[in-house]
Amino acid sequence: MSQATAPSPAGQRPAAAPAVIELRQVSRWYGNVVAVNDVSMTIGPGVTGLLGPNGAGKSTLLHMMAGFLAPSGGTATLNGTQIWRHHDVYRSIGLVPEREGVYGFLTGWQFVLSSARLHKLPNPEDAALKALATVDMEAAKDRKVETYSKGMRQRVKVAAALVHEPQVLLLDEPFNGMDPRQRLHLMDLIRAMGAQGKTILFSSHILEEVERVAQQIEVLVAGRHAASGDFREIRRRMTDRPHLFVIKSSDDRKLAAALIADGSSGAVALTPGGLEVQAIDFRRFTWLLPRVARDHGVRVWQVAPADEDLESVFSYLITRST
Amino acid sequence: MNTVIAGITYRALLGRRRIWMLILLPAVLIGLAILLRSIDSADHRSVVLLMQNFAIGMMLPLLGLIAGTGVIAPEIDDGTITHLLSKPISRPVIVRTKFAVAVSLLALFAAVPTFVAAWLMVGFEADIAVGFAVGALAGGIAYAALFLALGVVTRHAVTIGITYALVWEGLVGNFVPGARRFSIQQWAQSVTDWLSTSERIDVETTLAFSLPALAIVTVVGVVWAGTRLSRFSFTGDE
Repeated sequence: MSQATAPSPAGQRPAAAPAVIELRQVSRWYGNVVAVNDVSMTIGPGVTGLLGPNGAGKSTLLHMMAGFLAPSGGTATLNGTQIWRHHDVYRSIGLVPEREGVYGFLTGWQFVLSSARLHKLPNPEDAALKALATVDMEAAKDRKVETYSKGMRQRVKVAAALVHEPQVLLLDEPFNGMDPRQRLHLMDLIRAMGAQGKTILFSSHILEEVERVAQQIEVLVAGRHAASGDFREIRRRMTDRPHLFVIKSSDDRKLAAALIADGSSGAVALTPGGLEVQAIDFRRFTWLLPRVARDHGVRVWQVAPADEDLESVFSYLITRST
Repeated sequence: MNTVIAGITYRALLGRRRIWMLILLPAVLIGLAILLRSIDSADHRSVVLLMQNFAIGMMLPLLGLIAGTGVIAPEIDDGTITHLLSKPISRPVIVRTKFAVAVSLLALFAAVPTFVAAWLMVGFEADIAVGFAVGALAGGIAYAALFLALGVVTRHAVTIGITYALVWEGLVGNFVPGARRFSIQQWAQSVTDWLSTSERIDVETTLAFSLPALAIVTVVGVVWAGTRLSRFSFTGDE
């Protein structure tokens, strides 16, 4: 596989100033359903991950940033220019939608070349070749898109979005359907482009995916902006939240009494399924539990997190932000 | 007019099964013309009946529906329109290009076969062939604009289009004389009547009414489609 390299200015366009997308109190609703609720954020140069569970409103927010959806309230701007109904912004924006959006009857080459021509680039063939090389699709470029795997389609969409070397790249769940090798390649490419000062935003519901690529993370839960910060900050806030564990041991009652005596446990409940413990101080609790068990002669059979799914983590973040 | 968009649109329409729908009806029309000519029944009356009832009355609206909606509605349905909408091209230009493609297809698959069929039966007599061909083209332009606009505005464009063409123009028009004044078919036939010297052609609307009506439907359809595409929300809601 070729090393991922971000496209560099090669006579297509002069280097542009850093691009900034700004959302101010943006909301979007469909009838009585609120998809995005009063979100304000600024997306600047570098890689930003838009993290949230499925149905959180990530695609809706991304579509408003891409000018494909009118905000019901608030404003979405690119460098101060309103994005909605302003088609000139696409000179600066590259968009990789989650939905297929690729003409199956065209070859990969024809698809990317059409993108270059629609942008009226001075040398569309060279730009298309370069974009295909960037996503490692030169070998398959003459095959029809309908014969591509999902990962290949995703890459050819990325090539079409990169062909005009945009200052802003918006990617909606870009790693879906990619195999691990393709995923790593795209991650390298996104990181390289971010390092060049381009403004890149991608959405994902997988924390590890976002953590590996993005310096900045914006968390969206139930249409609300739940958290913002670099991945260390987000990880810390996720780690420091109260954790719920189910513990099975040789003497649940004795263990419960010992744990509640320490301040790291907020609530302890004896249930038929075992001992449910809410740990307020995660680090102290994980340090304390084996010691308490040993000191009281209790054998611990199982310690299982009861709320480690992303929904629980995100729910905690949203309750903290309110 | 954008040649890249036009090229993609032609390939989308002609490279799939839809091309057989575009070919089938003109082939039937020309087949019937050959049949009538071979059994010596190709008089003015038969020609006019075939052209009015089949070429203009059935083939033209159905082809208009296939071409008018086909140039844009499938792309909106499957999301491929994103490829065009995410480019620095004004949305009315996208619509005008798609409209031009639909009109060119209707010229090729409706107006030309109409001319050929009429010519096979009566040659250039009474300018029947030219009259029906130009009438089919005029009607085709209006149908293309109307159905293109429907394709942008609603996901039920085909259902609404068929209802208009077959129920309103075909059924209601037969029983309610006033309804015929608001029929693209009738306007197309008044163009035919104006160009042909045949006395067999009966029309319900005058040319003075039909020409402005055709122009208004065409302009309003294209402008409306352009405006709606400019406000098009990707999720389909606005």
